[in-house]
Amino acid sequence: MNTYFVIFFGAILINNFVLTRFLGICPFLGVSKKVETAIGMSLAVMFVMTVASVATWAVQEYILLNYDLLYLRTIAFILVIAVLVQFVEMVIQKTSPTLYQALGVYLPLITTNCAVLGVTIINMNEGYTLMQSTVHGFAAAVGFGLAIVVFAGIRERLEFADVPPALQGFPIALIIGGLMSISFFGFQGLL
Amino acid sequence: MSNLKVFTKGLIDENPVFKLLLGMCPVLAVTTAAKNGLGMGLAATAVLLASNIIISMLRKVIPAKIRIPAFIVVIATFVTMVDLVMEAFVPDLHSVLGIFIPLIVVNCIILQRAESFASKNSVFRSFLDGLGMGIGFTIALMILASVREIIGAGTWFGVSLFGASYEPMRLLTSPPGAFITLGLIIGLINVLKPKKA
Repeated sequence: MNTYFVIFFGAILINNFVLTRFLGICPFLGVSKKVETAIGMSLAVMFVMTVASVATWAVQEYILLNYDLLYLRTIAFILVIAVLVQFVEMVIQKTSPTLYQALGVYLPLITTNCAVLGVTIINMNEGYTLMQSTVHGFAAAVGFGLAIVVFAGIRERLEFADVPPALQGFPIALIIGGLMSISFFGFQGLL
Repeated sequence: MSNLKVFTKGLIDENPVFKLLLGMCPVLAVTTAAKNGLGMGLAATAVLLASNIIISMLRKVIPAKIRIPAFIVVIATFVTMVDLVMEAFVPDLHSVLGIFIPLIVVNCIILQRAESFASKNSVFRSFLDGLGMGIGFTIALMILASVREIIGAGTWFGVSLFGASYEPMRLLTSPPGAFITLGLIIGLINVLKPKKA
Protein backbone atom coordinates (compact mmCIF):
# COMPACT_ATOMS: atom_id res chain seq x y z
CA MET A 1 0.00 0.00 0.00
CA ASN A 2 2.85 2.30 0.87
CA THR A 3 4.36 2.16 -2.64
CA TYR A 4 1.02 3.16 -4.14
CA PHE A 5 0.88 6.11 -1.80
CA VAL A 6 4.36 7.21 -2.84
CA ILE A 7 3.59 6.78 -6.54
CA PHE A 8 0.30 8.62 -6.22
CA PHE A 9 1.48 11.72 -4.37
CA GLY A 10 4.88 11.67 -6.07
CA ALA A 11 3.25 11.99 -9.47
CA ILE A 12 0.85 14.74 -8.38
CA LEU A 13 3.06 16.99 -6.27
CA ILE A 14 6.75 16.17 -6.53
CA ASN A 15 7.17 15.10 -10.13
CA ASN A 16 4.21 17.09 -11.38
CA PHE A 17 3.90 16.23 -15.04
CA VAL A 18 3.52 19.79 -16.27
CA LEU A 19 5.59 21.83 -13.86
CA THR A 20 8.54 19.52 -13.17
CA ARG A 21 8.67 16.98 -15.97
CA PHE A 22 7.51 19.33 -18.73
CA LEU A 23 5.03 16.93 -20.28
CA GLY A 24 1.80 18.23 -21.77
CA ILE A 25 2.93 21.84 -22.11
CA CYS A 26 0.96 22.40 -25.34
CA PRO A 27 -2.50 21.90 -23.79
CA PHE A 28 -1.24 23.62 -20.63
CA LEU A 29 -0.62 26.81 -22.61
CA GLY A 30 -3.30 26.22 -25.24
CA VAL A 31 -6.52 25.43 -23.35
CA SER A 32 -5.92 27.32 -20.12
CA LYS A 33 -7.71 30.57 -20.95
CA LYS A 34 -10.87 29.56 -19.07
CA VAL A 35 -11.31 27.43 -15.98
CA GLU A 36 -14.27 25.55 -17.50
CA THR A 37 -12.39 24.36 -20.57
CA ALA A 38 -9.39 23.51 -18.41
CA ILE A 39 -11.57 21.26 -16.26
CA GLY A 40 -13.07 19.59 -19.35
CA MET A 41 -9.64 18.96 -20.80
CA SER A 42 -8.23 17.54 -17.60
CA LEU A 43 -11.18 15.16 -17.16
CA ALA A 44 -10.72 13.84 -20.68
CA VAL A 45 -6.96 13.48 -20.14
CA MET A 46 -7.53 11.75 -16.81
CA PHE A 47 -9.68 9.12 -18.45
CA VAL A 48 -7.41 8.54 -21.44
CA MET A 49 -4.22 8.41 -19.38
CA THR A 50 -5.58 5.85 -16.95
CA VAL A 51 -6.91 3.60 -19.69
CA ALA A 52 -3.76 4.10 -21.79
CA SER A 53 -1.62 2.98 -18.85
CA VAL A 54 -3.56 -0.26 -18.63
CA ALA A 55 -3.67 -0.86 -22.39
CA THR A 56 0.01 -0.19 -23.06
CA TRP A 57 0.99 -2.34 -20.11
CA ALA A 58 -0.87 -5.24 -21.69
CA VAL A 59 0.66 -4.55 -25.10
CA GLN A 60 4.14 -4.43 -23.60
CA GLU A 61 3.70 -7.55 -21.48
CA TYR A 62 1.83 -9.83 -23.84
CA ILE A 63 2.97 -8.71 -27.30
CA LEU A 64 6.24 -6.78 -27.29
CA LEU A 65 8.07 -8.83 -24.65
CA ASN A 66 6.65 -12.16 -25.83
CA TYR A 67 7.74 -11.72 -29.42
CA ASP A 68 10.94 -9.75 -28.69
CA LEU A 69 9.66 -6.63 -30.45
CA LEU A 70 10.74 -4.03 -27.90
CA TYR A 71 12.21 -1.78 -30.59
CA LEU A 72 8.69 -1.23 -31.92
CA ARG A 73 7.56 0.24 -28.59
CA THR A 74 7.23 3.88 -29.65
CA ILE A 75 5.22 2.99 -32.76
CA ALA A 76 3.05 0.45 -30.94
CA PHE A 77 2.26 2.79 -28.04
CA ILE A 78 1.34 5.79 -30.16
CA LEU A 79 -0.98 3.60 -32.24
CA VAL A 80 -2.62 2.18 -29.12
CA ILE A 81 -3.15 5.71 -27.80
CA ALA A 82 -4.52 6.99 -31.11
CA VAL A 83 -6.95 4.08 -31.36
CA LEU A 84 -7.94 4.51 -27.73
CA VAL A 85 -8.69 8.20 -28.13
CA GLN A 86 -10.77 7.46 -31.21
CA PHE A 87 -12.63 4.73 -29.33
CA VAL A 88 -13.26 6.90 -26.26
CA GLU A 89 -14.58 9.60 -28.54
CA MET A 90 -17.07 7.23 -30.19
CA VAL A 91 -18.22 5.72 -26.89
CA ILE A 92 -18.80 9.11 -25.26
CA GLN A 93 -20.61 10.33 -28.36
CA LYS A 94 -23.05 7.39 -28.22
CA THR A 95 -23.57 7.12 -24.47
CA SER A 96 -23.45 10.68 -23.21
CA PRO A 97 -24.02 13.39 -25.80
CA THR A 98 -23.85 16.08 -23.09
CA LEU A 99 -20.36 15.08 -22.01
CA TYR A 100 -19.38 14.76 -25.67
CA GLN A 101 -20.54 18.33 -26.27
CA ALA A 102 -18.42 19.51 -23.36
CA LEU A 103 -15.28 17.58 -24.25
CA GLY A 104 -15.77 17.27 -28.01
CA VAL A 105 -13.04 19.60 -29.19
CA TYR A 106 -10.39 18.38 -26.80
CA LEU A 107 -10.68 14.66 -27.33
CA PRO A 108 -8.80 14.40 -30.66
CA LEU A 109 -6.13 16.74 -29.32
CA ILE A 110 -5.22 14.24 -26.62
CA THR A 111 -3.46 11.95 -29.10
CA THR A 112 -0.69 14.51 -29.48
CA ASN A 113 -0.58 15.34 -25.78
CA CYS A 114 2.88 14.18 -24.89
CA ALA A 115 1.84 13.55 -21.30
CA VAL A 116 -0.10 10.47 -22.44
CA LEU A 117 2.74 8.85 -24.38
CA GLY A 118 5.11 10.11 -21.68
CA VAL A 119 3.30 8.40 -18.82
CA THR A 120 3.20 5.07 -20.64
CA ILE A 121 6.93 5.20 -21.39
CA ILE A 122 7.76 6.19 -17.81
CA ASN A 123 5.64 3.26 -16.56
CA MET A 124 7.70 0.86 -18.66
CA ASN A 125 11.06 2.45 -17.80
CA GLU A 126 10.26 2.26 -14.09
CA GLY A 127 9.15 -1.34 -14.45
CA TYR A 128 5.79 -0.75 -12.76
CA THR A 129 3.31 -3.60 -12.35
CA LEU A 130 -0.18 -3.36 -13.82
CA MET A 131 -1.62 -1.92 -10.62
CA GLN A 132 1.25 0.54 -10.16
CA SER A 133 1.00 1.68 -13.80
CA THR A 134 -2.71 2.32 -13.38
CA VAL A 135 -2.22 4.33 -10.20
CA HIS A 136 0.66 6.25 -11.74
CA GLY A 137 -1.30 7.00 -14.91
CA PHE A 138 -4.27 8.27 -12.93
CA ALA A 139 -2.14 10.30 -10.51
CA ALA A 140 -0.10 11.87 -13.30
CA ALA A 141 -3.35 12.98 -14.92
CA VAL A 142 -4.61 14.40 -11.62
CA GLY A 143 -1.36 16.36 -11.35
CA PHE A 144 -1.84 17.61 -14.90
CA GLY A 145 -5.41 18.62 -14.07
CA LEU A 146 -4.36 20.39 -10.89
CA ALA A 147 -1.69 22.42 -12.68
CA ILE A 148 -3.87 23.38 -15.65
CA VAL A 149 -6.92 24.35 -13.56
CA VAL A 150 -4.90 26.52 -11.15
CA PHE A 151 -3.10 28.07 -14.11
CA ALA A 152 -6.40 28.83 -15.86
CA GLY A 153 -7.68 30.47 -12.68
CA ILE A 154 -4.66 32.77 -12.61
CA ARG A 155 -4.94 33.55 -16.30
CA GLU A 156 -8.59 34.56 -15.90
CA ARG A 157 -7.60 37.14 -13.29
CA LEU A 158 -4.74 38.25 -15.50
CA GLU A 159 -7.24 39.62 -18.02
CA PHE A 160 -7.69 42.60 -15.74
CA ALA A 161 -4.03 43.08 -14.85
CA ASP A 162 -1.84 45.79 -16.29
CA VAL A 163 0.80 43.74 -18.11
CA PRO A 164 3.59 45.51 -20.07
CA PRO A 165 2.74 45.32 -23.79
CA ALA A 166 5.80 43.25 -24.72
CA LEU A 167 4.90 40.56 -22.19
CA GLN A 168 1.21 40.26 -23.03
CA GLY A 169 -0.08 36.83 -24.01
CA PHE A 170 2.33 33.93 -23.96
CA PRO A 171 5.37 35.54 -22.30
CA ILE A 172 3.49 36.45 -19.12
CA ALA A 173 1.78 33.04 -19.15
CA LEU A 174 5.19 31.36 -19.25
CA ILE A 175 6.48 33.49 -16.40
CA ILE A 176 3.43 32.55 -14.32
CA GLY A 177 4.10 28.91 -15.16
CA GLY A 178 7.60 29.46 -13.80
CA LEU A 179 6.30 30.95 -10.55
CA MET A 180 3.90 28.03 -10.13
CA SER A 181 6.78 25.67 -10.74
CA ILE A 182 8.76 27.40 -7.97
CA SER A 183 5.85 26.96 -5.58
CA PHE A 184 5.72 23.23 -6.40
CA PHE A 185 9.37 23.09 -5.35
CA GLY A 186 8.00 23.35 -1.83
CA PHE A 187 6.74 19.77 -2.08
CA GLN A 188 10.18 18.35 -2.86
CA GLY A 189 10.92 17.09 0.65
CA LEU A 190 7.40 15.74 1.24
CA LEU A 191 8.02 12.03 0.76
CA MET B 1 6.28 31.57 -52.30
CA SER B 2 9.83 31.27 -53.64
CA ASN B 3 11.98 28.30 -52.64
CA LEU B 4 14.27 30.60 -50.69
CA LYS B 5 11.33 31.94 -48.71
CA VAL B 6 10.15 28.40 -47.96
CA PHE B 7 13.54 27.76 -46.38
CA THR B 8 14.03 31.02 -44.49
CA LYS B 9 10.53 31.43 -43.02
CA GLY B 10 11.24 28.75 -40.42
CA LEU B 11 14.32 30.61 -39.20
CA ILE B 12 12.73 33.87 -38.10
CA ASP B 13 9.26 34.80 -39.40
CA GLU B 14 7.63 31.51 -38.41
CA ASN B 15 10.18 30.26 -35.92
CA PRO B 16 8.47 27.21 -34.42
CA VAL B 17 9.45 28.04 -30.85
CA PHE B 18 9.46 31.81 -30.55
CA LYS B 19 6.61 32.58 -32.95
CA LEU B 20 4.37 29.54 -33.27
CA LEU B 21 4.96 28.18 -29.74
CA LEU B 22 4.94 24.60 -30.93
CA GLY B 23 6.75 21.63 -29.47
CA MET B 24 7.29 23.32 -26.15
CA CYS B 25 7.83 20.20 -24.01
CA PRO B 26 11.35 19.32 -25.19
CA VAL B 27 12.15 23.02 -25.51
CA LEU B 28 11.60 23.56 -21.80
CA ALA B 29 12.83 20.21 -20.58
CA VAL B 30 16.17 19.59 -22.23
CA THR B 31 17.59 23.12 -22.41
CA THR B 32 19.50 22.91 -19.13
CA ALA B 33 22.80 22.92 -21.04
CA ALA B 34 23.79 24.07 -24.52
CA LYS B 35 24.97 20.59 -25.51
CA ASN B 36 21.60 19.00 -24.71
CA GLY B 37 19.78 21.73 -26.61
CA LEU B 38 21.95 21.15 -29.67
CA GLY B 39 21.48 17.38 -29.49
CA MET B 40 17.70 17.66 -29.17
CA GLY B 41 17.55 20.21 -32.01
CA LEU B 42 19.53 17.99 -34.36
CA ALA B 43 17.51 14.89 -33.50
CA ALA B 44 14.23 16.71 -34.15
CA THR B 45 15.63 18.20 -37.38
CA ALA B 46 16.58 14.75 -38.66
CA VAL B 47 13.08 13.41 -37.98
CA LEU B 48 11.43 16.50 -39.45
CA LEU B 49 13.48 16.31 -42.67
CA ALA B 50 12.94 12.60 -43.20
CA SER B 51 9.23 12.64 -42.38
CA ASN B 52 8.61 15.72 -44.55
CA ILE B 53 10.28 14.03 -47.54
CA ILE B 54 8.46 10.71 -47.15
CA ILE B 55 5.06 12.26 -46.46
CA SER B 56 5.46 14.54 -49.44
CA MET B 57 6.27 11.52 -51.64
CA LEU B 58 3.21 9.68 -50.34
CA ARG B 59 0.87 12.66 -50.43
CA LYS B 60 -1.09 11.34 -53.43
CA VAL B 61 -1.27 7.79 -52.03
CA ILE B 62 -2.50 8.40 -48.48
CA PRO B 63 -6.32 8.74 -48.33
CA ALA B 64 -7.36 12.01 -46.69
CA LYS B 65 -9.48 10.34 -44.02
CA ILE B 66 -6.70 8.34 -42.41
CA ARG B 67 -3.91 10.79 -43.07
CA ILE B 68 -3.18 11.64 -39.41
CA PRO B 69 -2.58 8.01 -38.30
CA ALA B 70 -0.51 7.48 -41.46
CA PHE B 71 1.61 10.55 -40.68
CA ILE B 72 2.12 9.41 -37.11
CA VAL B 73 3.33 5.99 -38.22
CA VAL B 74 5.84 7.57 -40.64
CA ILE B 75 7.06 9.93 -37.92
CA ALA B 76 7.25 7.19 -35.29
CA THR B 77 9.37 5.07 -37.64
CA PHE B 78 11.97 7.80 -38.00
CA VAL B 79 11.90 8.60 -34.31
CA THR B 80 12.66 4.96 -33.53
CA MET B 81 15.58 5.08 -35.98
CA VAL B 82 16.98 8.26 -34.42
CA ASP B 83 16.47 6.79 -30.95
CA LEU B 84 18.42 3.62 -31.77
CA VAL B 85 21.19 5.50 -33.62
CA MET B 86 21.68 7.89 -30.69
CA GLU B 87 21.69 5.04 -28.20
CA ALA B 88 24.49 3.39 -30.19
CA PHE B 89 26.71 6.39 -30.95
CA VAL B 90 26.07 9.03 -28.27
CA PRO B 91 24.90 7.03 -25.24
CA ASP B 92 25.63 9.89 -22.79
CA LEU B 93 23.46 12.37 -24.62
CA HIS B 94 20.84 9.66 -25.16
CA SER B 95 20.53 9.06 -21.43
CA VAL B 96 20.32 12.80 -20.63
CA LEU B 97 17.57 13.42 -23.20
CA GLY B 98 15.91 10.19 -22.05
CA ILE B 99 12.17 10.11 -22.51
CA PHE B 100 12.15 13.17 -24.75
CA ILE B 101 13.60 11.26 -27.70
CA PRO B 102 10.63 8.87 -28.09
CA LEU B 103 8.41 11.87 -27.38
CA ILE B 104 9.57 13.54 -30.63
CA VAL B 105 6.71 11.46 -32.09
CA VAL B 106 4.14 13.72 -30.48
CA ASN B 107 6.08 16.92 -31.05
CA CYS B 108 3.46 19.20 -32.56
CA ILE B 109 5.93 20.88 -34.95
CA ILE B 110 6.55 17.71 -36.91
CA LEU B 111 2.90 16.75 -37.26
CA GLN B 112 1.96 20.33 -38.03
CA ARG B 113 4.53 20.59 -40.85
CA ALA B 114 3.36 17.24 -42.23
CA GLU B 115 -0.27 18.32 -42.16
CA SER B 116 0.05 21.91 -43.32
CA PHE B 117 3.05 21.74 -45.66
CA ALA B 118 4.45 18.37 -46.71
CA SER B 119 1.06 16.89 -47.59
CA LYS B 120 0.43 19.72 -50.06
CA ASN B 121 3.84 20.51 -51.58
CA SER B 122 6.52 18.93 -53.79
CA VAL B 123 9.30 16.81 -52.33
CA PHE B 124 11.97 19.46 -52.83
CA ARG B 125 9.95 22.22 -51.20
CA SER B 126 9.04 19.96 -48.30
CA PHE B 127 12.74 19.21 -47.88
CA LEU B 128 13.51 22.95 -47.70
CA ASP B 129 10.63 23.54 -45.31
CA GLY B 130 11.78 20.72 -43.03
CA LEU B 131 15.36 22.00 -43.09
CA GLY B 132 14.34 25.58 -42.33
CA MET B 133 11.96 24.63 -39.54
CA GLY B 134 14.49 22.21 -38.09
CA ILE B 135 17.28 24.79 -38.07
CA GLY B 136 14.92 27.39 -36.59
CA PHE B 137 13.97 24.94 -33.85
CA THR B 138 17.64 24.14 -33.17
CA ILE B 139 18.60 27.84 -33.02
CA ALA B 140 15.79 28.54 -30.57
CA LEU B 141 16.84 25.63 -28.37
CA MET B 142 20.46 26.81 -28.52
CA ILE B 143 19.58 30.38 -27.49
CA LEU B 144 17.45 29.23 -24.56
CA ALA B 145 19.94 26.56 -23.48
CA SER B 146 22.90 28.95 -23.73
CA VAL B 147 21.23 31.62 -21.59
CA ARG B 148 20.26 29.03 -18.98
CA GLU B 149 23.65 27.34 -18.92
CA ILE B 150 25.74 30.54 -18.88
CA ILE B 151 23.76 32.22 -16.11
CA GLY B 152 22.62 29.12 -14.27
CA ALA B 153 25.92 27.21 -14.21
CA GLY B 154 28.57 29.69 -15.39
CA THR B 155 29.60 27.41 -18.26
CA TRP B 156 28.96 27.06 -22.01
CA PHE B 157 29.23 23.61 -23.61
CA GLY B 158 30.78 22.57 -20.31
CA VAL B 159 33.57 25.18 -20.48
CA SER B 160 33.80 27.43 -17.44
CA LEU B 161 33.41 31.08 -18.42
CA PHE B 162 33.78 33.22 -15.35
CA GLY B 163 36.24 31.35 -13.15
CA ALA B 164 35.67 29.95 -9.68
CA SER B 165 34.52 33.18 -8.03
CA TYR B 166 31.27 33.23 -10.05
CA GLU B 167 28.24 32.26 -8.00
CA PRO B 168 25.86 30.55 -10.48
CA MET B 169 22.16 31.37 -10.35
CA ARG B 170 20.92 27.82 -9.92
CA LEU B 171 17.28 28.74 -10.44
CA LEU B 172 17.81 29.04 -14.19
CA THR B 173 18.89 25.44 -14.69
CA SER B 174 15.98 24.16 -12.59
CA PRO B 175 12.48 23.66 -14.06
CA PRO B 176 11.05 27.10 -13.12
CA GLY B 177 14.00 28.75 -14.86
CA ALA B 178 12.91 27.22 -18.16
CA PHE B 179 9.48 28.87 -18.05
CA ILE B 180 10.76 32.23 -16.89
CA THR B 181 13.71 32.45 -19.30
CA LEU B 182 11.57 31.53 -22.30
CA GLY B 183 8.91 34.06 -21.27
CA LEU B 184 11.50 36.81 -21.00
CA ILE B 185 13.16 35.90 -24.32
CA ILE B 186 9.82 36.04 -26.16
CA GLY B 187 9.10 39.35 -24.43
CA LEU B 188 12.48 40.66 -25.59
CA ILE B 189 11.75 39.57 -29.16
CA ASN B 190 8.43 41.43 -29.00
CA VAL B 191 10.29 44.59 -27.93
CA LEU B 192 12.98 44.32 -30.62
CA LYS B 193 10.72 43.37 -33.52
CA PRO B 194 10.01 46.28 -35.87
CA LYS B 195 6.48 47.59 -35.41
CA LYS B 196 4.13 46.79 -38.26
CA ALA B 197 2.33 49.78 -39.73
